[in-house]
Amino acid sequence: MIFPRRDRPKKLRLDYELIESLVPDGAKVLDLGCGDGQLLSELIENNRCVGRGIEIDEEAALACIRRGVPVYQGDMLEGMGFYRDGQFDVAILSQTLQQTSSPPEVIREMLRVARRAIISFPNFGHWAVRLQLLGGGRMPRNPLLPHHWYNTPNVHLCTVKDFREFCDREKLVRVGEIFLTPSQRRISPLLANWRAGLAIFQVERAALGA
Amino acid sequence: MATDDDIPVADDSRLGGVHSVGLVRTQSFTFAEPPDELELECGQRLGPITLAYETYGELAPAKDNAVLILHALSGDAHLAGYHAKDDRKPGWWDLMVGPGKPFDTTKYFVICANIPGGCKGSTGPSSPNPKTGRPYAMDFPMVTVGDMVRAQERLIDHLGIERLLSMAGGSLGGMQVLEWAVRYPERVASAMSIAATARLSAQGIAFNEVGRQAIMTDPNWRDGNYYGHEPPRAGLAIARMIGHITYLSDDQMHEKFGRRLQDRETVGYDFKADFQVESYLRYQGDSFVRRFDANSYLYISKAMDYFDLADKYGSLVQAFEAVRAEFLVVSFTSDWLFPTYQSKEIVRALKANGVPTTFLEIPSRSGHDTFLLPNRQLAETVTGFLANVQRRVRSPAGKGGRL
Repeated sequence: MIFPRRDRPKKLRLDYELIESLVPDGAKVLDLGCGDGQLLSELIENNRCVGRGIEIDEEAALACIRRGVPVYQGDMLEGMGFYRDGQFDVAILSQTLQQTSSPPEVIREMLRVARRAIISFPNFGHWAVRLQLLGGGRMPRNPLLPHHWYNTPNVHLCTVKDFREFCDREKLVRVGEIFLTPSQRRISPLLANWRAGLAIFQVERAALGA
Repeated sequence: MATDDDIPVADDSRLGGVHSVGLVRTQSFTFAEPPDELELECGQRLGPITLAYETYGELAPAKDNAVLILHALSGDAHLAGYHAKDDRKPGWWDLMVGPGKPFDTTKYFVICANIPGGCKGSTGPSSPNPKTGRPYAMDFPMVTVGDMVRAQERLIDHLGIERLLSMAGGSLGGMQVLEWAVRYPERVASAMSIAATARLSAQGIAFNEVGRQAIMTDPNWRDGNYYGHEPPRAGLAIARMIGHITYLSDDQMHEKFGRRLQDRETVGYDFKADFQVESYLRYQGDSFVRRFDANSYLYISKAMDYFDLADKYGSLVQAFEAVRAEFLVVSFTSDWLFPTYQSKEIVRALKANGVPTTFLEIPSRSGHDTFLLPNRQLAETVTGFLANVQRRVRSPAGKGGRL
């Protein structure tokens, strides 16, 4: 479902640290597109979490195995489908949403198997991205979006504004929002859609009847 | 399954090499002496039962480093190393077992036993029936995968091991791994199922049946009573040829043989082996009949057919409810005999039970037999998985608890 990510952008260290800080101690965590298992490994070691990963790339999955992180090597929708409802407290999708073939399906599945979803993605609304397209007339590229148009795995890029609207339409409750500049500085939500290079959303399903 | 003659042996895995376990010898353990025979799943009783087994490495004082390897249809207890100085080739999984290898015998105490029903030192249809003094032949009772595992559990008792650090097996060996984890959950810390299934498919049963029919329609089979006579060589060789085809892949056959001719420049318009693939299969068949008992082939292939954890426990999810081991499930892309979807069924049912499960589908062109061939990913996977399991067992506040 998602492209092999042999040339994926190096994940932001701060993104990992922030996501780690959002996960309660002892939580049951599913990390989708978990890469080499670094985040899960840290959650398991430092936060006493029970962790599971899903990763499509065999070499990355091998790295998980070396770290001792239980990993399912394969498609994330298929892998999530193997879990029962509510088996996790938190499902994490770090900088991968834009590479999935069906973001609504992925998020729905995340919130089926977990109570809360933590989703980070590069903000296509960042001013420099807009400027590259407007002024340069070319597809934007930056450290978070390092690919050319012809080799990008990113098929569903979105902006902060898009994602908020998506949450409303899907009746998802945004329980937290964190924004980082491309240089990994944390910023306030003020004008986030212009200023944020990366957004981290925490979403839950609306309680029944709400 | 193949115990393939083509597997190259690296110099450092030859006798005296740093990665070889060296000279080993097969031991045996006998239990279930009458009147305490083992009551089998089929309702019949079997005893005494002898298991031939080999061990490699040292059992740690805490007895927490034992790894049991389960062999496939045509395997035996001789997992690694050499029986004699002039042995042409080492044990069947020497690639994986030895100092510095994935099943590192400097860290782990590795055990492998020939299954009951087999013909490599364990009690099977070619063993003498204590009631008659003659080989059991078809009076040998049907031994299921469950019975094989129950017998191995007695061996583990005998070796003074309470809980196995891990166990691993491919094909029928993987079936035994699953059975072990379900039947003796407290005795298995971790388990590796490689190119296996929780129930043999119709296709698998079909191929087994063709093999059995080849044996049973050979006039030399004599209703199984061929001991002391000419054995059903032709039938067993055909069974092995069919088996071999199912262990390989189209891709690999194309690469290995193509349409190349054997010992001739042009086709002969006769029924000699024109093509290399024919001559290869004939060779595999002929060499197999020299080392394997036809009745054992019948019994063991039937045990594979009967294996169905889902049927036995209501569903596979229910079957795995008891599992306490953490799991590694490995399949190979080109394995069409035990295809990936069958490994995924195992993974699904384990995950539904919250069992820590790692699944890897290894890209391979060598079909079902990949697990017996040199494979970097399989080697790294086993190495990494075992190291982490051992770390966790020794300091239990570790990773990957049950959900």
